Amino acid sequence: MTETIDPITLAVLAGRMEQIADEMDATLFRAAFNPIIAEAHDASHGLYHAQTGDTLVQGKSGLPIFVGVMSFAVKAVIDKAAASGDLADGDIYIFNDAHMGGTHLSDMRLVRPYYRDGKLFCYLASVGHWHDVGGAVPGNYNPSATEAFQEAFVLPPVKLARAGVVNQDIIDILLRNTRLPQSAMGDLNGQLGALDLGVKRLDELLDEYGAETVARALDALGDRAETLMRAELSTLPDGRWEAVDYLDNDGITDEALPIKIALAIDGDRMTLDFEGTAPVTAGPVNIARPTAVATAYVAIKHIFPDLPANAGVMRPIEVRVPEGSLLSAEFPAPVGGYTETILRMIDVIFSAAAQAAPDRVVANAYGTINALSIAGKRANGQPWVMFSFYGGGHGGSVESDGLNHGNAPISTATIPPMEILEAAYPVMFRQWALRPDSAGAGRHRGGLGAVYEIEVLEEKAEAFLFGERGRFAPQGVAGGAEAAMNAFHYEQADGWHAPPLASKMLGIKLRRGQAVRLETPGGGGYGDASERSAEAVARDVSLGYLTPETATAMYGAAWKDIPQ
Amino acid sequence: MSRMIGVDVGGTFTDVFVLDEAAGTAEVAKVPTTRPDQSGGFLDGIARQVDDLSTVGVVVHGTTAGTNALLERKGARIGVITTKGLRDVLEMRRRDRPRTWGLRGDFDPVVPRDLRLEVPERTLADGTVRKKVDIDAVRNAASELLDKGCEAVAILFANAYANPANEAVAVAVVRDLWPNPHVSASSEILPEIREFERFSTTALNAYLQPEVSGYINRLDSALKNDGFGGEFMIVQSNGGVMGTDTACRLPVRTALSGPAAGVIAAGHIAQTAGFENVITGDMGGTSFDVALISDGQSMLSPQTSIDFGMVVRAPMIEITTIGAGGGSIAWVDKGGLLNIGPESAGSTPGPVAYAQGNTRPTVTDANVVLGRIDPDSPIGGKLDRLDVEAAGRAIDEHVGGKLRLTTTEAAEAILRVANSRMAGAIRLVSIERGFDPKRFAFMPFGGGGALHTGAMLQDVGIGRAIVPRYPGVTSAMGCVIADMRQDFVQTINTLTASLDADGLREIMQRHVDDGMALLDAAQSRFEGRDVVVELDMAYVGQTHTVAVPLSIEVADGRVKATTKDAIENAFDAAYRATYGRLLQNGTRRVMNLRTAVIGRRPKFDLTALAPEGGSVEAARTGTRSVHFGDSWHETSIYDRLALPVGAEIPGPAILVQPDTTVLIDPGLTGRVDAFGNTIITPDEG
Repeated sequence: MTETIDPITLAVLAGRMEQIADEMDATLFRAAFNPIIAEAHDASHGLYHAQTGDTLVQGKSGLPIFVGVMSFAVKAVIDKAAASGDLADGDIYIFNDAHMGGTHLSDMRLVRPYYRDGKLFCYLASVGHWHDVGGAVPGNYNPSATEAFQEAFVLPPVKLARAGVVNQDIIDILLRNTRLPQSAMGDLNGQLGALDLGVKRLDELLDEYGAETVARALDALGDRAETLMRAELSTLPDGRWEAVDYLDNDGITDEALPIKIALAIDGDRMTLDFEGTAPVTAGPVNIARPTAVATAYVAIKHIFPDLPANAGVMRPIEVRVPEGSLLSAEFPAPVGGYTETILRMIDVIFSAAAQAAPDRVVANAYGTINALSIAGKRANGQPWVMFSFYGGGHGGSVESDGLNHGNAPISTATIPPMEILEAAYPVMFRQWALRPDSAGAGRHRGGLGAVYEIEVLEEKAEAFLFGERGRFAPQGVAGGAEAAMNAFHYEQADGWHAPPLASKMLGIKLRRGQAVRLETPGGGGYGDASERSAEAVARDVSLGYLTPETATAMYGAAWKDIPQ
Repeated sequence: MSRMIGVDVGGTFTDVFVLDEAAGTAEVAKVPTTRPDQSGGFLDGIARQVDDLSTVGVVVHGTTAGTNALLERKGARIGVITTKGLRDVLEMRRRDRPRTWGLRGDFDPVVPRDLRLEVPERTLADGTVRKKVDIDAVRNAASELLDKGCEAVAILFANAYANPANEAVAVAVVRDLWPNPHVSASSEILPEIREFERFSTTALNAYLQPEVSGYINRLDSALKNDGFGGEFMIVQSNGGVMGTDTACRLPVRTALSGPAAGVIAAGHIAQTAGFENVITGDMGGTSFDVALISDGQSMLSPQTSIDFGMVVRAPMIEITTIGAGGGSIAWVDKGGLLNIGPESAGSTPGPVAYAQGNTRPTVTDANVVLGRIDPDSPIGGKLDRLDVEAAGRAIDEHVGGKLRLTTTEAAEAILRVANSRMAGAIRLVSIERGFDPKRFAFMPFGGGGALHTGAMLQDVGIGRAIVPRYPGVTSAMGCVIADMRQDFVQTINTLTASLDADGLREIMQRHVDDGMALLDAAQSRFEGRDVVVELDMAYVGQTHTVAVPLSIEVADGRVKATTKDAIENAFDAAYRATYGRLLQNGTRRVMNLRTAVIGRRPKFDLTALAPEGGSVEAARTGTRSVHFGDSWHETSIYDRLALPVGAEIPGPAILVQPDTTVLIDPGLTGRVDAFGNTIITPDEG
């Protein structure tokens, strides 16, 4: 690029384009029927490069994991259109194929080329998590799936609209393949509306500034992100650091699955090499290659939170994903449990990066999404399904203790209020509380995990859980200790039981008055426990974050001398 | 008794607005805010304008006492008594985090864990009492909290919105033995589903109660001691006023008291001047606050977060804040991009030109360097002269040098980026919510807003701006204008098909009775009384509710029942307006009933503010060289308050008044209207 853009116009345009993506996010959040998008904001929008599909601008309010993964959805469309030689203004592609576009089959991706004066200028894309996309299990979190076909229907990139005319045949196929056609139609309308809005706003912006200036600004923003990333990497020491962590199992065979990383920094470049990671599994803890690359992006953004959200950030970073590993699963390997695997990837990236730059990195967060579902029929025969993800502790950092009961690093979703759940489903929470002794010890301890104990109020019900961290605890960094592991128990006539696969189980039969109890991990500690002040330990004991026994075991007995 | 006084206490200044209705005059005063006890500045400000408080009928106060106590965590030591198993709800929040990226930061709730005690009791979602409350346990918990030094207590029981019986029993027990009135119950404060939001609002109420009620009582007695025999009222976050007894009971409703009053005044001024649609922009030292008024109505949001994890659920005037104020610092990042804020020099140490220790350039410094602010008469009066040279050096060092720009170019660049951020906030509240800014007038207020009017007109495409006569005391004026208002809520949570219309009527009746009783107790005379009813409704399966306005009849204080059909039709209309189309065969649910009871206070005649006599020539005080775009212009300076009605001032020009500078860019013209406002419009062609 030879021509430059003046820095002031660039600053103004950066804000304007980010606002377009933000506004697309907001439009879908408002219009979506399904609470996973409307409340949990499991969606994202952005602008993508006309030739490479690289992320140019991304909304601030979408789900973090999508920031990296969306460009793969656009690339899949570019490949398809290039092969067919058929792309025109007003076309819209739609697909959910996770092996091409990343994440899982619940995420419906819409990609629309944006033309200016008859020339392709960029792509706009919208992704949102639909409530149901067919498959064996409502909601599509099927822990026993061994093929994508059991998870959902699979739609490769196809033209939903051709030159501005929507193809009703595609919509008919989609609606026939979901248990919730009304919800799907509402979400689809919302996504189409967001794309329309993006086109309108881009038209206005290009009218105002001219296509050439905006194009130059987009290039410059990518270059700038790259410059910023290189500047950050240059401040870190050169070297190579390794870390390994494990998934409990794949939900089918009880065998630990290593996720391994070697992180190397050389001047202003970084390599993340996942050689040594377990091979593709039968059960659904695989991920597709695009998901793995996007996850590296999420971890990097957490380590360097002030960097802009565009592809330039990743130019100095090479992500090596070994072929045949569970991080590059080929179709039709199941990928429904992708959240657990990418959380573990983020954990090992943090653990390795912390060895290079302990001040920049937080300790591991709780590391499991804990998709817990309780379902049954009411006395009048009406079926009900309560499906939610549960929170845990965040890791300690150089600044402070970790956050108690936060959301997963890949998400910004909030949890529904207990009263909303109790009003909607025949359950009662006996406990909705912090979990004492769950935080990893350290100079700055981790945040606390949670305890949720849920009693069934109907005659009978069935529960299933897709979780992790039941065998391997979230790690500390910079000498901090690990947190408590995930624990799940269910009540039967003869007392409490735990699942054989620790945190994954199907078809747990419950009767009225029986409960399940989920205890989530805390976050890992930061820095050596011996460096924590006795006052801070005594405070944790007086608040009940720590029992006296655990306090002494973790930190020694000095806290007992602190007057209360 | 014909005088009315509005007092707004801000972070730096306490503003007093005195209206003498009989004489048709208004006066303003600005005195430094006193800390930590704001009552000093409050009384000082009034004393400057009024010798004899017995001539005053009403004093209305917009206060940040509550906001500050929340932001600075300076509320009381309080305790919580809650349902067994739920002591951590306040601390667990809704499983969010402070920032999307970085995963850093922790959270300390206003009530530490050892002061949150559980008692055996449980109500289910349908209102069934599964376990009666253990009265002895409640008594013991209350005693323990007292022993631990708690000054206030919040009672927070699960599903108390559905059936308050257990909570009511516990509250009676606690009130019996608690030594002061600071006992808050969740079903009294907010009988609405969603435990975190209800518990948080109730706990923050308890947290504020000793502080805010102490403050209000101190003011009340001081006013009475000085001979005041009228009515003393407090502005709520919803833009309405309430009596001091209500304020002492529900201090959480003052969380955004001050800024809300400003928006109310802006709406009234604009409406009187003929603008029904207005976007307000309040520029202070650290932030730019934007609000939108459409068809004379300000937008209300159902809840707000005062800070991370500190949620207050109560109707509030919707104000969007971005970190771009006069003190916001300009800096160039490692990628070579110019940024404004979020770091701010605030009012202390303030901009570099204030010479109080800050060396990094701010938005105000850019305005100073470009000649837009008069260095010889700084606002606020603490300094004799602004240090223009130091401001220029700071801009060179931190911006100009890095971007290879001259001082002037760099200062223009700072303003351009700051203006684009402010314009972004205006787009957010207008375009993004479906309002066309072309239909709106922009009203700047606060100290700095009127310097950026031209940029807002140009960047957002707004057609005109209206600068109120006294932009620096808009909030104080709003206190005098605001209506009396009480909001009520009750969760209903039932399908429309099984709705009990009589039961709903009874709840509405209770809300209306309670609201009217508060209006009756007030000394104010009201021009009229309004009851506004809304239902929060959704289709089954949907979590986002739609606000459904319901027209109800109240005759002789009795509410007439509404039919199911009327409710379903109202929902369909509201849903269609929001989402474009209805859901075929969808089942409708009524989640909450919201009632507002409003006593309309008489509006004063704004011509009281208009200038009398004067001439443009006499008001002209000289000229100064001011930079616009890419060149310096010899610019006329006027004493704004001396300009006569009807005066037309072509840009470039600067209108100066004691606490504000109004900039009229080249290509714009300012005109003084019949109320003393300055209307700024682009020149034809």
